Amino acid sequence: MALRWLWMLVPWRGDWNPRSKSPGQEEERHVRANDRDYNERFSYADNHIKTAKYNVFTFLPINLFEQFQRFANAYFLVLLILQLIPEISSLSWFTTIVPLVLVLAITAVKDATDDYFRHKSDQQVNTRQSQVLIKGKLQNEKWMNVRVGDIIKLENNQFVAADLLLLSSSEPYGLCYIETAELDGETNLKVRQALTVTSDLGDDVAKLADFNGEVICEPPNNKLDKFTGTLFWKDNKYPLDNEKMLLRGCVLRNTEWCFGLVIFAGLQTKLMQNCGRTKLKRTSIDKLMNTLVLWIFGFLICMGIILAIGNTIWEQKVGSNFWEYLQWKELTISAVFSGFLTFWSYVIILNTVVPISLYVSVEVLRLGHSYFINWDRRMYYSRKATPAEARTTTLNEELGQVEFIFSDKTGTLTQNIMVFNKCSINGKTYGDVYDEFGHKVDITEKTPCVDFSFNPLMDRKFRFHDSSLVEAIKLEEPLVQEFFRLLALCHTIMPEERNEGELVYQAQSPDEGALVTAARNFGFVFRSRTPETITLYEMGQAVTYQLLAILDFNNVRKRMSVIVRNPKGQLKLYSKGADTILFDRLDPSNEELMFTTSEHLNEFAGEGLRTLALAYKDLDEDVFDEWMKKLLFASTALENREEKLGALYEEIEQGMMLLGATAIEDKLQEGVPETIACLTLANIKIWVLTGDKLETAMNIGYSCNMLRDDMNEVFIISGHTMVEVRQELRMAKERIMGPGKDKFSSGLDMEKTELYSSDSVFEETIIAEYALIINGHSLAHALEADLEQILVDVACLCKTVICCRVTPLQKALVVELIKRHKRAVTLAIGDGANDVSMIKTAHIGVGISGQEGMQAVLASDYSFAQFRYLQRLLLVHGRWSYHRMCNFLCYFFYKNFAFTLVHFWYGFLCGFSAQTVYDQWFITLFNIVYTSLPVLAMGLFDQDVNEQYSLRYPNLYRPGQLNQLFNKRKFFTCTLQGAFAVTIATSLVIVVSAQIGLDTNYWTAVNHFFIWGSLAVYFAILFAMHSDGIFTIFPNQFPFIGTARNSLNQKIVWLVILLTTVVCIMPMVAVRFIKADLYPTHTDKVRLLQQASRRQGPQEQNFRRVRRTSSRRSAYAFAHQQGYGELITSGKNMKVPTASTSTYPLSSPARGNSVVKNSVVSGTTDAAETNSTGFRRESDQNQEVTVEDLEAR
Amino acid sequence: IMASSYGAKEEDGHHPGSAGLGGAAIRTKKPDNTAFKQQRLPAWQPILTAGTVLPAFFIIGLIFIPIGIGLYVTSNNIKEFELDYTGTDMSSPCFNCSQSWNSTNTCKCELFFSLDQPFESNVFMYYGLSNFYQNHRRYVKSRDDSQLNGDERSLKEPSKECEPYRTNENKPIAPCGAIANSMFNDTLDLFYIDPNGKKRPISLTKKGIAWWTDKHVKFRNPGGSNSNLTTVFKDTAKPVNWHKPVYELDVDIENNGFINEDFIVWMRTAALPTFRKLYRIIQKNNDMTPTLPRGNYSLAVTYNYPVRSFEGRKRMILSTISWMGGKNPFLGIAYITVGSICFFLGVVLLFIHHKYGNRNNSSDIAS
Repeated sequence: MALRWLWMLVPWRGDWNPRSKSPGQEEERHVRANDRDYNERFSYADNHIKTAKYNVFTFLPINLFEQFQRFANAYFLVLLILQLIPEISSLSWFTTIVPLVLVLAITAVKDATDDYFRHKSDQQVNTRQSQVLIKGKLQNEKWMNVRVGDIIKLENNQFVAADLLLLSSSEPYGLCYIETAELDGETNLKVRQALTVTSDLGDDVAKLADFNGEVICEPPNNKLDKFTGTLFWKDNKYPLDNEKMLLRGCVLRNTEWCFGLVIFAGLQTKLMQNCGRTKLKRTSIDKLMNTLVLWIFGFLICMGIILAIGNTIWEQKVGSNFWEYLQWKELTISAVFSGFLTFWSYVIILNTVVPISLYVSVEVLRLGHSYFINWDRRMYYSRKATPAEARTTTLNEELGQVEFIFSDKTGTLTQNIMVFNKCSINGKTYGDVYDEFGHKVDITEKTPCVDFSFNPLMDRKFRFHDSSLVEAIKLEEPLVQEFFRLLALCHTIMPEERNEGELVYQAQSPDEGALVTAARNFGFVFRSRTPETITLYEMGQAVTYQLLAILDFNNVRKRMSVIVRNPKGQLKLYSKGADTILFDRLDPSNEELMFTTSEHLNEFAGEGLRTLALAYKDLDEDVFDEWMKKLLFASTALENREEKLGALYEEIEQGMMLLGATAIEDKLQEGVPETIACLTLANIKIWVLTGDKLETAMNIGYSCNMLRDDMNEVFIISGHTMVEVRQELRMAKERIMGPGKDKFSSGLDMEKTELYSSDSVFEETIIAEYALIINGHSLAHALEADLEQILVDVACLCKTVICCRVTPLQKALVVELIKRHKRAVTLAIGDGANDVSMIKTAHIGVGISGQEGMQAVLASDYSFAQFRYLQRLLLVHGRWSYHRMCNFLCYFFYKNFAFTLVHFWYGFLCGFSAQTVYDQWFITLFNIVYTSLPVLAMGLFDQDVNEQYSLRYPNLYRPGQLNQLFNKRKFFTCTLQGAFAVTIATSLVIVVSAQIGLDTNYWTAVNHFFIWGSLAVYFAILFAMHSDGIFTIFPNQFPFIGTARNSLNQKIVWLVILLTTVVCIMPMVAVRFIKADLYPTHTDKVRLLQQASRRQGPQEQNFRRVRRTSSRRSAYAFAHQQGYGELITSGKNMKVPTASTSTYPLSSPARGNSVVKNSVVSGTTDAAETNSTGFRRESDQNQEVTVEDLEAR
Repeated sequence: IMASSYGAKEEDGHHPGSAGLGGAAIRTKKPDNTAFKQQRLPAWQPILTAGTVLPAFFIIGLIFIPIGIGLYVTSNNIKEFELDYTGTDMSSPCFNCSQSWNSTNTCKCELFFSLDQPFESNVFMYYGLSNFYQNHRRYVKSRDDSQLNGDERSLKEPSKECEPYRTNENKPIAPCGAIANSMFNDTLDLFYIDPNGKKRPISLTKKGIAWWTDKHVKFRNPGGSNSNLTTVFKDTAKPVNWHKPVYELDVDIENNGFINEDFIVWMRTAALPTFRKLYRIIQKNNDMTPTLPRGNYSLAVTYNYPVRSFEGRKRMILSTISWMGGKNPFLGIAYITVGSICFFLGVVLLFIHHKYGNRNNSSDIAS
């Protein structure tokens, strides 16, 4: 308890949050367009973003201040002051100041470089160009000069510079399309629409410059999907909502230009508000180290007190007699006072137990490890020319301790590319390639692609390998033609043809795009559409179909259909949808085909592909007329319109004829399932947090092998109220633990630690595999204080957890939750701005680089181009870093104790007078010269197990998670060993060097050089300092002339050195041997194996193959919301030149539907303070200094 | 369709030229394929296996035991004789001296002893002090090495470290400091009492008892070539406890002043409160007779050095030396012990390894 209290005093504990000092709470925002003077009165944040900490002038004071907040540094400063008092000073001032200055300088240089790069990246963002309307003219301005109230012009594919109110755009009705991938991870386009009054301004710069509307709106907040405000213009009030806002981080798509009024800028934009707090990340080893330094400090005080008491007694009993000779009566007034002075003297002498060079050595090591990450060619993605990058250099060893990975989906797990991969037409599959013997060939990049050159309108990026399908097309097989005709007709895509033949499809979901593109390449080119017609180029022939109805997709129907009249006058219904749904509505004559298709579907699903079944139906004119009337009637109904329409759709989509099925691959990033499998074997739990919808997320879960059909149960939590959510979570828990075992429901009152222990035991015993999928709005409830415990319980009992539809802030909250409840090391990986908050919250944030946006990378600690590199980062670099750091720390503490404790024992022999055993130069140089390099070399180069084996045996990662390599127990062992290895000077240097030799597993040339070099340097310096020359120059500083010569030429000295070395080293050897022999760890075993295989020469590597066994999933899961069907048939998004904007109804249902009504309550839960005590798990191991340790003595 | 084999090609990439694709711009970003940067430095990877550890223990055992025996035998061959002459005992001849000590009178006493065995070769004569904290911090630093090195300025202005033995009656003390002040100043003379009862003085060499470097480099008299030490030390005071000034330590100019070997030996402070310091050397004069034959001896002590106040003891030690220095049976025993333990441990480990050892290591690694 006392220690905890002491911990509170440590200055760096508190988070220092630069943004918390916001100037007086803004209650309402007033923005007047084109009126900088007016807007400046409110001193809104400008668009300048600053993440750097220092500038040239503030660097030195602030940096020094920060450095002296480090306990050890401050301590050494105090020591330095103490040493200036002659009565106390037992060592010269240089013994402290040399290392201190060295440490401060190295750290300062490192901080300065870090900050320099921050300046550079800030600069890069701030100097992006945008067109701002200033004084009636469009001028190019840097982003940072954009002010609230400015009107700026955006062009297609540009990033939105600030949060804008959309004024007008190039598209009719003031529509404009944006991609919000940076914000929420969704890559489908979203529609924004300007107010009619403002969209009339068009691109008339003069009119826009005269625009002087005033916006009154909410203050800056982090709700991405909500905006309320009012525009006052020309004595009219217009309500504003999120549908009229373009947020920073979005990209303008498919819209030539648009104008917007800046409402929020810079740090006040919703994107930045969502970025979460910037915290100084510290590793658990760091925290442990700080604790240990405190302990050591306490230990030091204890030793000081013991020695001071000893001194008092000695002065009274012995010293007072001795005064006869020494006559210090006038100096030492009393024995007690002498004891008091001695205390401080010993604090100075024993200062080397608090290792000052520890921090700087650790920094150097981490820097080295970071460089190894940067240099790793196997984390270099040559296609985008992006190497991996360690952006912070302080977290490396934590990479070896990760227990939870929180991953974004889009762009991280998936490439967000949909590929038409296979199909089954009339009972025959296409898409596989066979060699001449009829064996299936694995498709690689070298596999020849089908030549589509017969088709001038083809999409060059499309690749297909099975030429038999093209042959079938060329043979004009009617069903194959019908198949692709269906794909070309049945969708809601908007085509765009800038130049002749240069078609661009604007798809609502990438799946549809892939299907229509496939049809296009196979000769059924969807070229244009009007509200009433669709024009295809069928094998070069223009064919126009009349579009009679779109039976749109929704979540319940899971299918969509179109009804068209072909040029021959035939009425056709084309339908595509989830196989289960469609198979129920087929004509009975299809049974046989259905059976074969079904087999194919299973096959596709087994390969992780997403499928859709396709069917058509010839319609009877009369039946259709009748139905159409009913439809018209229903669509005007005021009540239950949806249901009535649904029933009508159902009515006509009956008795269809099956055509076949498509298989689309949502391209995962390379090696994702293998990586996930490997990381799972390493006992790392992977959670997917995505802004995407449930079905999409589940699909990816299946294709990544995170969800499997052989899982016992997949729980889906999608309740809308707190009560529902609680009910669902309870149910899930009962299912997992069995009804009788619900002992944790009352767990909230239990002692926390108890809960942890019993919990983890329980987790181990559950063999069955469960998965939890939780929806965004449920998550909002589950994250509240009442439910979070049960959420954590359930989630941790499940193998797989997927959270979908989560906001950026919720991502952070989930990470925070695990950090708080499990005290485990978390890693968040993502690519977009919506992942920034989670990246910042997690212990380690990883950004996927090489993408368009940079926000995630900028906020991250590590960045690389491919998800699969995570495996290498954690299992190789992380594990090594952890291993190296732990060995380093063990050795370091051992060394310092061995070095310093001599003085404690010597105190008993020298009358507790704080006399040093070594000369002062030895003390000064021991840590920084004689013994620093070998241990650094070990910390940099050591490899217990090489990289191949690290990857092949993921469970080698376990010790890191369990904190086994360095914890308080280890610390005690090390210090005990150090206390045991009490020898003097030369002998000490040799013992310590021998020990490092024993600790080094991987002797590179550098290690050899450093170890032998250090010994050589020691003797060189020893003889130099004991030489005549230096004595004649500084007789007072180097009074030990000749000592080395005289003592080292005595054989007995060497015999003693040999003896002490053996005595100090052999017990360790014996203990380690017994441990490795009797209780080998995984590492030991793998090392043996590795050695054996090295002797035998290289072996065949057994690559792990991941088999996917998954159920069939409808590609329609990928559609995000109700389709654009109504928008298309109403023609509102068509460029109709005669369109009259003034009569445009404000609330189009299509537009209303196209945006997700997201009722997530976000930002209400306080991100409660992390309980960062730095104690982890080993609190009860303190007394367990083991028998072996004692025996070793 | 993007092929995942691309990555695999890169993964096994030990062959250097696999980059291929990119131009110069890409190449600059691609990390160099050096063994250092890719952490593939050739390395020796020792593992503690039975094959290495057990022989090591046996070999250490087998090497240490003979060394230990050798050391022990050598140490046993070294003759050593110790005589406490503090005089705390009523029966001791020096009892009176130790009781009635004052700084003015010199007190003499004589002790008789006999050697059971003859001392061959050179014999070293030490004085030993117990409970004397020559390693006390304030004591240790109470000296001025510049002064002792003959620095004129330090002679006039000794270092502050010498307080309170820095000046006496406004004159700088030479040599200053507590160490010099407390210099051992008993005089020990050795006599051989031949079978006839006649006392024959044994010649004691006082040169060569200090380290060569100390005598010739570290300690130098001030005034350079000026051999008249009386004038050199004219303006200085003698240390308060000394009977005579520093320039009267010896008549021999080569052994006087700061380069007096007794003084130099004293100034090299001992590390432990019980210590011995070389006092004289008894040279072997011919090969026929032992340096100190069996028989009776007497030690004449000029008792100047008081130790009673701090319960100290004073001893006179006679010792021969060998290649390993003075008598030190402990080292031999330690070597034998450590060697035996190593050997024993080797046996135990061998037993453990054979009985319980995990020789089938690789079988149960889960992959």
